[in-house]
Amino acid sequence: MNLEEYKGVYVFAQQVDNEISGIAYELLGKGKELAAKLETEVVAVLIGYQVKGLADKLAEYGADKVIVVDDPELEVYRTEPYAHALASVINQYKPDIVLVGATAIGRDLGPTVSARVATGLTADCTVLEIGDFPLNPIPGQEQKHNQLLMTRPAFGGNTIATIACPDNRPQMATVRPGVMQKIDPIVGAKAVVEEYNPGFTPNSRYVTIKEVVKAVSDTVDIMDAKVLVSGGRGVGSPENFRILEDLAEVLGGTVSCSRAVVDSGWKPKDLQVGQTGKTVRPQIYFAIGISGAIQHVAGMEESDIIVAINKDEDAPIFDVADYGVVGDLNKIVPQLTAALKTAMAEK
Amino acid sequence: MKIIVCIKQVPDTKGGVKFNPDGTLDRGAMLAIMNPDDKAGLEAALRLKDQYGAEVTVLTMGLPKAADVLREAIAMGADKGILVTDRVLGGADTWATSTTIAGAIRNLEYDLIITGRQAIDGDTAQVGPQIAEHLQIPVISYAQDIQIDGDKVIVQRQYDDRYHVLEAQMPCLITALSELNDPRYMTPGGIFDACAAEITTWGRADLKDVDDSNLGLKGSPTKIAKASDKVRKGAGEKIVPESPEEAVAYIVGKFKEKHIV
Repeated sequence: MNLEEYKGVYVFAQQVDNEISGIAYELLGKGKELAAKLETEVVAVLIGYQVKGLADKLAEYGADKVIVVDDPELEVYRTEPYAHALASVINQYKPDIVLVGATAIGRDLGPTVSARVATGLTADCTVLEIGDFPLNPIPGQEQKHNQLLMTRPAFGGNTIATIACPDNRPQMATVRPGVMQKIDPIVGAKAVVEEYNPGFTPNSRYVTIKEVVKAVSDTVDIMDAKVLVSGGRGVGSPENFRILEDLAEVLGGTVSCSRAVVDSGWKPKDLQVGQTGKTVRPQIYFAIGISGAIQHVAGMEESDIIVAINKDEDAPIFDVADYGVVGDLNKIVPQLTAALKTAMAEK
Repeated sequence: MKIIVCIKQVPDTKGGVKFNPDGTLDRGAMLAIMNPDDKAGLEAALRLKDQYGAEVTVLTMGLPKAADVLREAIAMGADKGILVTDRVLGGADTWATSTTIAGAIRNLEYDLIITGRQAIDGDTAQVGPQIAEHLQIPVISYAQDIQIDGDKVIVQRQYDDRYHVLEAQMPCLITALSELNDPRYMTPGGIFDACAAEITTWGRADLKDVDDSNLGLKGSPTKIAKASDKVRKGAGEKIVPESPEEAVAYIVGKFKEKHIV
C-alpha cells in the first residue's frame, strides 16, 4: 500500500428520507479543519436515491467537492448496498481520511466498510487532530507525521484513549454526534459535484425491507436544547416528571433523562442522555434525582452550567456539578420553578 | 438449526467503578461478567431453540478464565462452548478480533450467528459487522426482535427514530440489543451440566483461512498512541441547605450572577 497515494478528507454525508442528518454538517466542520492542516480538500460522499439536490447544502457547510452515488437500490438505508457504495468510492478515490457519524447507521456502515477495504476503524471519537505517531520519537521507530489522531472514551467513559492508524489507508473514524461544531453556513457556496455509480447487483447479502415503522414523537431533539431539565430514578415516578416539565417550561427548555428512567419505561429512549444515549451540551443542565453514573456524566459533562439536586450528599453527580444542592427535589423543584417564574417576569 | 452466539467476558462497569490509589482503573476489584448485549443475544438464541429447536454453540475469545462465561451460558441452556485463546491473539483491535473469530467460525456449521451490539469495555459495536464481512454473509445490527421464517430470518432493526422490519436469507449475522429481552437465570440442572461440560479450546493453529499478519497486536491496523484516565471537570460548589427556600435562593442567586435571569 502506497500511503502517499491517499489524499483528502472524506465525510459520509448521512441522509435519511432525503434529508441530511445534522452529523453530516458536524463532520464537514471538523473535516474542513483537518483538511486545512493537511492542505487538502474536504469531500462529502452523498449516498441515496434522487439526492443530488442536497449537494448545495453540503457546499454551504464546507464541502469542497461532493461525490454523489445515486441509485434506486439506495433509497432506504441497508448495509450492503451502502457499504458497496462507500467502499467503491474509497477504492476509486483513495481518501486519506474517512469520517462517518457514530449513528445507528454509521456504526453499522463504518465497520462493514473498514473491513471491506481492510483498514482500521476507531469508534465513537470525540476529538480528532492531526499529529505525529508515535506522539514522541522512539529510537529505532519511524515517527510518522500528519497522522489522524483519534481520541475516544472507553470503558464506559472511565478512560480515554488516543488511537492512530499509521500503516493503513484510509484512516477511518466514526464520530459521536453532538461533539464536533458545524460551521456557519456560507450561503451560495458551491462545490464540485461528481456522480459515481459502481453498479448495484442484488445478492444474498441484500436484505429486504418489509416495513418501516417510524416512532411517533413530537418532542424536540434534546441535542438542540439550550436548557435541559434531566431527571433520574430519584424523580420517583413517570407522573412526577410533571414538576421537571414545569421547570423546563419556565426556562424554555426540554426534559431529558437518565438511562434508569428509560429502562423503567418512564420515558422514551430518544430523551436519554449518556454513553448509550445522546451527548448533549446545553447552556444549562439540571441533573435532578440523577446519581451521576460515569456513563451518564460522559453524555453531559460538556454542558456550560450544571446544576445538580440530589438527596444523597455523596452522589457522584456533585463531582461534575457547578452548583450542587443536597435536598429533596420534591420540595425544591416546584419552589424553584415559582421563583424563576417571578424572576423572569421582573426582567 | 445451528446458532452460534459470540460472547465476551468484560469487567462490570455498572456496579460501581473501582479505582486504584493512583487513579487508574482497578480491574482486579471489578467483577468479570458476561457482556450484557451478548447475554441478550444468547437469550434470543435460547428462545429460538425453545421455539424451533436449535443447537446453540457459544464462542468466546479471551484469556483462559473467559471459559467462565461459556459455562454460565451452558448453565443457561447453550449446548456447547468454544474458547479461542492464544498468546499470539492478544492485543487485538476490532479488525484482528473479527478476523480471529471469523477464522474460528469457518470450522463450524451455522444458520445464524448472534453477537451483542457492543461490549461495555470497548463500546465499539464493530466486531459483529466485521465478522459478517469476513464471512461474506448479511448482517443486521441493532436487533430488537428476531423471528424465523423457513430459511429466512425476520428482524426488527432499531434506528434513532424508527425501526425497519428486515428479512434476510440465512446464514446471517445479527447484533443484539439489551432491550431485546430479559435473559433467563441459570438453572440448577444447567449449572450441573455446565460443571460437567467440556469446553473446546482452540488456538491459532485451529483458525481457518487467516493470515498471521491480520492477528493480534501486530495485525491490528489501529494503534494506541496514548491512554489515560479521563480528566474530569472539577467539582464546583455544593451546599446542604437548611430549607428548600435556601436552596431556591442559592440557585436563583447563581443564575442572576450569570445573567441567566
